Formats: sequence, C-alpha cells, structure tokens
Amino acid sequence: MSILYLVLPLALVIVLAAVLAFSWAARRGQFDDLETPALRMLHDDDPATGTRPRPAAPHDAPRP
Amino acid sequence: MATSSNSSTTPGANAAGFALGRSEARRETACTHCGLPVPDGFLEDGATAQFCCAGCRTAFSILSEHGLDQYYGFAERRTSPVRATGRTYEEFDHEAFQSLYVTTTPDGLSRVELFLEGVHCASCVWLVERVPLLLPGVVRAELNVGRSLAAIEWDAAAVHLSQVARSLESLGYAPHPYLGVRRDEVRRKEDRSAIMRIGVAGAIAINVMLAALAMYSGWLANGIESQYERFFRYISLGLTIPAVLFPGRVFFAGAWAALRTRALHLDLPIAIALGAGVIRGTINTVTDTGPVYFDGVTVLIFLLLVGRYLQQRGQRAATDASELLYSLTPQGARVVDEGGAVRELPAAALLPGMLLDVRAGDTIAADGTVAEGRSSVNLSLLTGESRPVSVEAGSTVYAGTLNVAGPLRVRIERAGEESRVARLLRQVEESTRRRAPVVVLANRMAGWFVAIVLVLAVVTWAVGAPTDPSAALDNAIALLVVTCPCALAMATPLAVTVATGRAARRGLFIKGGDAIEALSRPGIILLDKTGTITEARVSLVHWEGPEWVKPLVLALEQESTHPLADGFRRAFANLAEVPLVESSSHVTGGGITGRVSGHDVFVGSPAFVSRHATPMPSGRSTIDDSLTPVWIAVDGAVVAHAYLGDPVRPDAKTSISALRQAGWSVRILSGDATPVVRAVGRSLGLAPDECQGEATPEEKLRVVESLKVDHRVVMVGDGVNDAAAIAAATVGIGVHGGAEASLATADIFLTTPGLAPLVELMQGAGNTMRVIRRNITFSLLYNVVGASLAIVGLINPVIAAVMMPLSSLTVVLGSWYGHTFERTASNRPTSPRTVTA
Repeated sequence: MSILYLVLPLALVIVLAAVLAFSWAARRGQFDDLETPALRMLHDDDPATGTRPRPAAPHDAPRP
Repeated sequence: MATSSNSSTTPGANAAGFALGRSEARRETACTHCGLPVPDGFLEDGATAQFCCAGCRTAFSILSEHGLDQYYGFAERRTSPVRATGRTYEEFDHEAFQSLYVTTTPDGLSRVELFLEGVHCASCVWLVERVPLLLPGVVRAELNVGRSLAAIEWDAAAVHLSQVARSLESLGYAPHPYLGVRRDEVRRKEDRSAIMRIGVAGAIAINVMLAALAMYSGWLANGIESQYERFFRYISLGLTIPAVLFPGRVFFAGAWAALRTRALHLDLPIAIALGAGVIRGTINTVTDTGPVYFDGVTVLIFLLLVGRYLQQRGQRAATDASELLYSLTPQGARVVDEGGAVRELPAAALLPGMLLDVRAGDTIAADGTVAEGRSSVNLSLLTGESRPVSVEAGSTVYAGTLNVAGPLRVRIERAGEESRVARLLRQVEESTRRRAPVVVLANRMAGWFVAIVLVLAVVTWAVGAPTDPSAALDNAIALLVVTCPCALAMATPLAVTVATGRAARRGLFIKGGDAIEALSRPGIILLDKTGTITEARVSLVHWEGPEWVKPLVLALEQESTHPLADGFRRAFANLAEVPLVESSSHVTGGGITGRVSGHDVFVGSPAFVSRHATPMPSGRSTIDDSLTPVWIAVDGAVVAHAYLGDPVRPDAKTSISALRQAGWSVRILSGDATPVVRAVGRSLGLAPDECQGEATPEEKLRVVESLKVDHRVVMVGDGVNDAAAIAAATVGIGVHGGAEASLATADIFLTTPGLAPLVELMQGAGNTMRVIRRNITFSLLYNVVGASLAIVGLINPVIAAVMMPLSSLTVVLGSWYGHTFERTASNRPTSPRTVTA
C-alpha cells in the first residue's frame, strides 16, 4: 500500500490544477451571468446572413 | 364541424357560419407581435397579421424586412404591447451624455450600458442581440436578462448611438442610460471572489472527505495500519488549514463583527464550531490521539458558503438600481435659443431661464411656467390623477409630466436636481435607505442557539472531566461540531431561492426573502387606484343616444389629441364609414366643435355644450362620480350623453374579496379626486372611509409611515407618485403597466396584469414561510439528536459525518419539493397566430 505515498500527492496536484482552472474561469467572468447564456443557446444560427454575434468577448476580463 | 367541408351547405348557412366565426375571431384575435388581444378598432378584415398598436406593427415590419421572423417561433413572448414614442434620442449623441455614460474599449470602440424596459425571455435576448447589428458600425450587442442591461459596442465614426437607441425602442425595449457602471465593477469583483471561495472550499471538502472515507473504512474493517492513518490525517490537516484560512475566513470575520457590535449572528456558533473542530483536530493529529473533525469542518465551510452566496444574490437584487428611477426623468429637451432656432440638449445641460419647446406627446424636461401655447398636461407621474389638466400661458408645469394636446413653450424655473420630480426621487432614495432590514428568522434564533450549545458543551466537559479529561473534551467538541447550524443557515436562503425562482416564472418578481416573511401574515394593503385597480386608460363606459350620432362624433374626435378623444376612438373604431369633417376647432377646457357632413356638431363638457344647444333629459338617474360626462349636440339640440371613465380591472373585485378573506385590510390610497376614488371603492365593496383620495406623493408617504407605526403595511402602486410610499412600506409592490424603472424601489414587481397575482403572491408567501419553518424544525431536530448523543459520549466521527450532510440534504429536498408557488409558467398568450375568417 506504500503506493499511496505517491498517488495521494499526485491526486492533490490534479486538484490544484482544477482549482487553478476554476479560478481562471471565475476571473474571466464565466460565472458573471448565469441566466442569459442559457437562453442564448436556444437561438439557431442564421444561415442566410450569418449575423450570429461573436461569442462573449473578454471585454470584462482584467485589462492588461 | 362536419358540415363545413360539405359542399351541399346552403349559402345562408355559410353566411351564418361566417358571421359566427368572425365574431369569435374578434374575441380571440391576438396581436401577431406581442400576443395580447387586439382591440376591435384595430382589427383589419382579411389581413393575416393583426396588431394591437402601431408599435407592434413597426416591430413586426422591421423583423420581417430583415428576415428575422424566426422570433415568432419562440414560445415565450412579450406581455405588453410595444409602446413606440417616436423619440429621436438625439441627446444620446450629445457630448455631455457621452462623457457621462460612454466608455472606450481597448480596441477603440465606444461602449455603453443601457437599461432596457421589458426584456425577460429568450426571444428578447435574440432580438436585442441581433437587431442593433443590422446597423453598420455596431459591433456587439449583449444582453444580461437578469438585470435588463444591454451592453452595446459601436464604432463612433460609422453610426450614432441615437440610431441604436431608436432601433431598440422600435422593438419596444425603451432604452435608458444606466448609471451604475462603476458600482457594478465593485460588485462583479465581490461576486467573483465569492464564487472562488465556493470552488476552493468544494474542492478541498471533497478530497478531505475521500481521505476520511479511507480512514472510516479502515476503522470499520478492524483497523488500519497506523502509518497510513497518520498519513491520511496529516493530508487532511494540510488541506483543512487552507480551507479555514481562505474560504472559511469570512465566518470568523462575521463572528468578530457580531461580537464587536454585540449583535447575535449565525456566524458566531459557526465560527465556534469551526475553530473548536480545527484546533482539537490539529492537536489530536499531532499527538496521534482521539478523533479529527476535518471532514466535518471542510464540508461545513463549503455548504455554508453556498447558502451565503444564494442569500447574497437575493439581497443584491433587492438593493439593485435605485438610480434606475432617474432614467424616468427626460434625458433630453428641445431648447429655443435667442434667434428662435430649436436644438436638442441633454437634460443635464438645462438652466433656469431657458425656453423649452415641448411638442404634443413630449415629456416636459424641467419645472417652469408656460410662456406660449395652450394644451393639457397629464400629471399622472406626479399625482396619479388620470385626467389631464388644462394649461395656458402663465400656468406652472412640472418636469416628468406629459404634454398631451398641443405645442407649448415653457420658461424653465427649476431644472435637474431642483425639479419637483427629482426631489421626489430623493425622498424615495432616503426612505429606501432608512428602512430597517427585517431580521431573518434564522438569525433571530441564533442567540438562543449559541447560548444553549455553549452551556451544553461546558456541562458535557465538566461532567466528564473528573474521570477522563481528554475524552470529555472530545465529547464537548463533538457536540460543537455536530450542532453547527449548517442546515439552519441554509434553511432560509434555499427555500427563498427556490420560491423566488418559481414565482418569477409566474410573473412575480420578488427581490428579497424578508418580503416573503412580511407577506406571510396579513396586515394592511394600500392600493393605488389609477393603473393598479383601474386600467389607466379612458374608455366609453355608457352611451345614451341614437346610433347615427356616433360617426359624427368619431369624425370630430379622429384628429383630436385630447385623452377623452382616445376613448371615443377606441369605442367607435369599428364604425364602417366616417363622414368628412368640413371644419373643426378646439375650445380649451370645453370641447370640440365643427361642421360634419352638413351638421353643426358640438362635443364636450355639459357646461360648454349647453351654451350652444338645448339640453335633453338624462335617462340615467344616478351619475357615477368616477365617470366624466360628455354631451353631444347636433344642429342646436343635445342628442346624446356619453360617459367616459377609467374602467376597473375585471379581476379587481374577486381579488380584493379574496384578500379580505385571508385577513388583509384593504384600502385605496389615490391621488385622484375623492368622489372618483369613493365611487370606485364602492363598486369594489369598500367603505368610504377605506378610500382616501387627493393624496399627493408626499401625503401617501405620510400615510404609509403613520400606519407603519403599528401595522404591517403593503403598498401597491404603479408610478413615481407611489414610489416614495412603496419604498417606505413594509413591503412595496409595483404592478404591471407602470414604468419599469419606477419600480426599482419595490420589493416585488408583478408583470402579469390585474390584481389576481397579488392573491397568488400572498398565498405563495404563506406557503414559503411554512417550508422555511419546516426546514428549521428539521435541522433543529438533527441538532437535538446529535447533541444528546454527544453528551452521553455515544457520538463518533462516523455518525457525525453521516448526520451532518443528511440534515443538509433534508433541507435541500424540503426546499425543492415544498409547495410554495405554482411550478408552471403563468398562462401568457403563447400563440400569436390569428384566426380571422
């Protein structure tokens, strides 16, 4: 069972990666508006004009 | 109908069927754009698309012109007709406006956030995000439905913001500049860090639980090798310390603040439990004895943070956007300069002494006196009075009121912050700020809770200490951890979140949990009249006279801008032929007169008409005070009496009696004339002393505040004249039809018309409180059982680890399945298809 000494720290590294990914998403504003995207996905693309707005752009991401 | 396809049907039967089908169609025809019923006068025979107003027609033609008819495929639709005002929004392009609201993005585009009226569903998102893009130069349009804010980015060189604003308005989403952008930045940061805390706490809790699972399984399966157990304990310790230091810090901060202000808050028992659990767990880990509580502590932190986040979101909505009110005052005005030229200026640039040009249909932008012109002005924004008041040179007019009849020139006396409407809005803000927050049930219980748990813990330790000090301490700490009021802290926010979510689907927007608590027990309801009990539009209630007069009246009233004329137009709109008007003239304060197909016709007030014609006896013995009489004379003799009024909403009577049955005391508080208010009250079964009229906004505020001293007061209204009273009341409710921005101060906003939603609201609030009480009872029950086990030393970490999530789970399920508001969406008209014959 001494493999635990290797596997457990490894698992913690993976958790750390997940937490970092989550914090990146939160900082980018992915969780700011949880209501509109759910409605937006109901819209079909308009094949004739292709006027689909670009997906949410990083306008509210931290400015460099 | 089997016969309809039968070719042997006689022509007569066919004609009858046609007539029947037609009259049915008339009743059911829904506006192609908004789905509301089309008034008789607007029906067009033979057309497949029918509209309830000009705004809807415009919106429809814009959409079909650009191939955006897909909109009509969405099930959810607008619930109000499009109100196109024909405003130019030129002030949006003015420098002063731009410097206030417009920012520049890194890639050189201009960006503005606009508050839109009337957005709430998938089709709104679709329209708002697509239609502005049809204008060359608009790069991005994004809508946040929850907050009704649209972010627009555009190239200032290619397109003007006013064009964008006009395109949004033509769809029925009237745009208002949004002032809260800077405060939003702060709020967004707070939200993001709350989410971060939840994420980190969750990740840690799950992993500590995994380690705990390994330890418990080993322990149940007759032992775990001590080196591995020690390893798991240290791993858990290493994970728990950051969980307590980073996400868990908020509870210690909250407890410290509560201690310093000597207020009792649920954070206090939570902090004690967390602190005791971590300290004892660490000591036990290092000394390699006794239980550790890391799994319990980390799961607690996670669940409590989720509960707190839900609660915060609810409160956020409640305090949201009192500045939306300011968007009600006109943003621009037409100013006449020295040379007589007219130019548009933003309202912020207006100064006393300037001369305003106010066209019919415009909102007056500043307080002042009329310099030129005659008209009538609708003061309903300030007074709630539905009948317009005549003004002429020398009369005082106020900002925010609507000029309905003719063009006016107004000399400004007070502009901006000094105007009456601005002062009123400040009062609203103050009452909102002064209002003491209702202490939620769980926090009221926190004090008792802390006292009992601490006493029990001390007793447990003191009783056990003489025999086995270490075991006694562990039992006392187990007691603290197992009784941590996790479920108690989640009980209210969860139930409130679920209930408000369901209520929103029914068209009842509830901003805070305290409103639900306040509505669950009956008190006094004050109803505004205009727009709340009545429909806020003039219509012909009673007609006394021959049919042949009607076309003559309609012909004269066709071009009139007087609001009473609107009532005639609506009532007579289905008349086939309208005779030609040879000449006509208005008499301010009297009526209208003219020559129509060879007859001299007078339509107007009894006083005015009787000067020119011989009266006729009225068949109506009791004249209802709530109606305005209009006499019609043809060739020197009065031939017809018409009575116009603001009709009471059809569901008002049943709703009011339902409310009274539930124990509420219902009263009317209106700015309208007292006889009118009493007449309406009488028709609803209210005693005269329950109907107060002629109440100015200031008076309404005073009434609410004096009643609030020893009653629970609910104020229901629809306009700015009610806004201060709404803000001051225990619970303020804004009803359908009012300007949405004026309802920012209301705790609850109803989007379905009529008073029936009020009844539903009260019932739902009562049900929700029952669910909350049940949740609290359950979580206390768990705590009692847990505490008894801990006191007698029977508790062990496994039991604690099972019991705690179980109690939280009960609360979650109880909130979800509890009966609060109906779960279905409200039955709005969903099919826009018309069924005309």
